[in-house]
Amino acid sequence: MKQGTFIHAVILGLFCLGFGVVLAFSDHITVDDIAARAMEDRLNSLGQVLPDSIHDNNLVADATTMKNARGHEITVYRATKEGKVTGLAYEIIGVGYAGQMKFMLGIDAEGKILGVRVLAHKETAGLGDKMEVKKSDWILRFDGLSLGNPPVEKWKVKKDGGQFDQYTGATITPRGIIKAIREGLEFFAANKTQMMDMTAPKAQTKEGH
Amino acid sequence: MAAEYKTIAKDGLWENNGVFAMLLGLCPAMAMTGTATNALGMGLATAAVMAASSMLVGLFRNQITQEVRIPVFILVIASMVTLVDLFMNAWMHELYKVLGMFIPLIVSNCLPLARLESFAGKNSALPSLADGLFMGIGFTIALTIIGAVREIIGSGTLFADASLLFGPAFKVMEMRLLPEDTGILMMILPPGGFLTLGLLVVGKRILDVRAGKEIQMGGAHSAA
Repeated sequence: MKQGTFIHAVILGLFCLGFGVVLAFSDHITVDDIAARAMEDRLNSLGQVLPDSIHDNNLVADATTMKNARGHEITVYRATKEGKVTGLAYEIIGVGYAGQMKFMLGIDAEGKILGVRVLAHKETAGLGDKMEVKKSDWILRFDGLSLGNPPVEKWKVKKDGGQFDQYTGATITPRGIIKAIREGLEFFAANKTQMMDMTAPKAQTKEGH
Repeated sequence: MAAEYKTIAKDGLWENNGVFAMLLGLCPAMAMTGTATNALGMGLATAAVMAASSMLVGLFRNQITQEVRIPVFILVIASMVTLVDLFMNAWMHELYKVLGMFIPLIVSNCLPLARLESFAGKNSALPSLADGLFMGIGFTIALTIIGAVREIIGSGTLFADASLLFGPAFKVMEMRLLPEDTGILMMILPPGGFLTLGLLVVGKRILDVRAGKEIQMGGAHSAA
């Protein structure tokens, strides 16, 4: 090996080592804060679909995992008060105009919707994004509804003969959202016993994104 | 000395502007300019990374040999981006929730790399810091202008959601210039970005010709 090549390798190696140390140190001083922020975010978004008044437990600590209708593992957050399950929240997935949309669906023990909030979506800004609570109150219309109210065949946008308004300029997005919510409710109806079973193994609390 | 910094500032802000003259960093300039607010946030984060990495490279320029300079430059930029990402996530979490997903994209921006290669690698720390900073500010201004044009025509608003990004005090920046649902959707979709950028580049060149300047063809190495 030529002497020159070796020097360059050493220089590059030293820079890598130096920045590696800086990054490791920065990670070390931020890791706890970042984990705390992630937990706050999670509890905040859960708080919007499972009101504080209905539970006295830590939602994240009492979560369990199960497989959804598509075979993906999802986390089911459970609200309990004095040991009884009062509500459930879990992720539901819909297909919109620009791909997958993720929502958190919160329901009470009877399957009545407590709230739906979007977690992630790629819909067109200004058109398809009206499911975000900060942009429009459209998504609040589902609060209090359940699988029989309205009947299953009415869980559609008006254009398809259902009872829900599409929003201005977009039909595909609301259609996907309504379908996702309906499937989410059906998932609860089909797996009620398992979801309410507090003796089921608890989920590993891990930080996801 | 002062004259040197004046040239650096003029270069970054106008003469050799990263977007409008060198046509660099077009990936974020297209992807992040749907609204002026996002464009401004992305610009500021990029400016911070550019200033820090230019200064570091200026500082270590005598230790970085020609043969390994490109990997070292990329290492410096990637490290700075990671630091911004970590610190923002931990201590500026509200801002991070809006900008977070775009910060890793700064690595894919070739403007910081181009400045390290053509300026910071040949100059000492302070002028390099100034160059990174002014190039970053020039980039921020360019993105914000593109974002403002697209947002006004596309959604009829200006700086929408600025208060989510920078705090409640910036609520005054949020404006609605056209009635709701009158915007031309194409402007906030990717084609609108290319059209806007093209027209703005033409506009800058017309101004330069009027001022009797020679038109510089785009390219990172035409600088300095």
